[in-house]
Amino acid sequence: MTRLECDVAIVGSGAGGGTVAQELSSLCRDKGLRILVLEKGPKLREDEFTGREHEMAQALYEDGGGYLTAERTMTLAFGRAYGGSTVVYTGTSLLPEERVIRGWNVPGIAVEDLCRRAAKFSEQNNVHLLPDDEINDNNRLFVEGCRALGYRAEQFPVNVKNCRGSSLCNLGCPNAAKQGTHRVQLPAAELNGVQVVTRCEVHEIGNHRLAVEVSAKAPGDKGEESAWKPGEYEVAAKLVVVAAGAVNSPALLLRSGLGRRLPRLGHGFTAHPAFILVAEHEQSITNFVGHPKSFYVDQFAASDHYFLETCMYFPFITAKSLKGFGEPHRSFMKAFPRLQMILVLACDQANEHNRVTVDGSGRPVVHYRFTNEVARGLVRGGIASARIFFAAGAKRVHMPFAEPAEIRAKEAARLDELEKEVAFRPEGLGISAAHLQGGCAMGSTSENSVTNEWGQVHGLDWLYVADASLFPNALEINPYLTIMALADRTAENIREKLA
Amino acid sequence: MGSLFPSCSPVFRSIVETVVPDASSLGERGWGEVERIVDGSLSRRPAQVQRQLRLFLVFVQWAPVLRRGHRFISLGAGDRARWLRRLERHPLGIVRVGFWGVRTLALLGYYGREDSVREIGYAADRRGWEAQPRVRAATP
Repeated sequence: MTRLECDVAIVGSGAGGGTVAQELSSLCRDKGLRILVLEKGPKLREDEFTGREHEMAQALYEDGGGYLTAERTMTLAFGRAYGGSTVVYTGTSLLPEERVIRGWNVPGIAVEDLCRRAAKFSEQNNVHLLPDDEINDNNRLFVEGCRALGYRAEQFPVNVKNCRGSSLCNLGCPNAAKQGTHRVQLPAAELNGVQVVTRCEVHEIGNHRLAVEVSAKAPGDKGEESAWKPGEYEVAAKLVVVAAGAVNSPALLLRSGLGRRLPRLGHGFTAHPAFILVAEHEQSITNFVGHPKSFYVDQFAASDHYFLETCMYFPFITAKSLKGFGEPHRSFMKAFPRLQMILVLACDQANEHNRVTVDGSGRPVVHYRFTNEVARGLVRGGIASARIFFAAGAKRVHMPFAEPAEIRAKEAARLDELEKEVAFRPEGLGISAAHLQGGCAMGSTSENSVTNEWGQVHGLDWLYVADASLFPNALEINPYLTIMALADRTAENIREKLA
Repeated sequence: MGSLFPSCSPVFRSIVETVVPDASSLGERGWGEVERIVDGSLSRRPAQVQRQLRLFLVFVQWAPVLRRGHRFISLGAGDRARWLRRLERHPLGIVRVGFWGVRTLALLGYYGREDSVREIGYAADRRGWEAQPRVRAATP
């Protein structure tokens, strides 16, 4: 057991941890403080981003991208790497909505403040709209279908620099174009003297102490060796910031025995459950080239609890999303160059069942049941997507909750009655989620929440949380910039405390 | 837990061939790739998940004996497909979840292969637009 000391230990290096690291790093440079970032995953070299689906999923995602809820009806996709999930998400960068933030009802949290902070990171991360000549057919057809139906398609600002259009964002950008924390905030923090330790898992947090284990790189694994030798460590820290994500942050605090003093710890987990709709066109379209996620429709979020995003996934993920097997399944897979895709995301709400707990070994367990509202959102979003596909000229659509799943253009009238016919069975729909939120919610007291509005854990002035687990309820958009804004607040509070 | 293979190879390969008909043309090298991909993925899962999977494969293999007098691997292609469809639509959620898990692994093993993705025309390239023609699809 090696014992080390530091001033600030940050657990996790994603949107939250990377932001806190950068925002505190001037304290290393100017005041000689020792700040550590303890990241469970590896740091990959540039040449290791191959774009091969299975290989990169194993290297960059928790459980290879196949982390299952306890009910086994939803897959959770989250990163485990230097840069966290910012390495594997598509770079969409939206500001939070006033309606949603007001609904959180956390004293001290205002949308104007969050947007101001988010704007700073938008600039750092080169967030902008892609020009028209970089929009591929998969996205363009979505816009044209929406226009024909009177749906309001909006363009996603994205955090890319010199994007070559590889479409491989979700497997780690092979061209260093996506500006996640691994490209911007962490390198800036390290330049100022922050040390990032990879392959480093925090098992437990005690009173100003972290029990940590560093693993060796296994033969054949991607990524560099850790900066620390493999083994067990006890890290003493004046302040600790937990930014391990909405699954691992509540799990870590639960393992550390904080559930007793914080009855809401782990509660309020939301995820924007999503599934992929696929349609075939008569001719090949540009789909696996160009940025995969350029447009969205959110006009139905408040009324029907879903929003739609363009997407383009890889062969295995696509195969998993298609219902059934054998020849009907094969016929869609063989049409890959002619496929258009839309991602339907439901706006779920925090409830008493959906939460994070830990098992006897301390591993996180995510409990998630689909409410009627979520089921309706997914079904209605699927039907809206099918209408968009047909309006864009698709000849057939795969509708995973329909029987039969294939709906041809001339059968589009089936869509009108589909919602009434559907028996929602989540295990057959390939539902996944990548916007994992809640579990360490902000609020006013230890009875109704886990942290205050600065992310400080109630009753423990040395312990903070700085990631999407802070959200009291689902954000209804991609959470990336909002996480950075909240992490910026946490860093500001810590700087004041240390001053 | 140890590898699923070779002990579960016969039933798993039969499932893969039913789920992905093109898998019937795989040679030993191809099957080796499929099984390596599946093993690699499973090795990172909790032991309980691996145990549940083994149990489900045993169920898939032997339950048809009650109705058809033959193990799964001895059924014809049509009967295999019908049996899997029964599991896919089973009234018990635990059976549907088990089917979904096995189907997912079959798809992972097959479409995790570079040859398989080439065969369906997937050609994403890190060079992006430089490697693909910019032909705009016609719209109605």
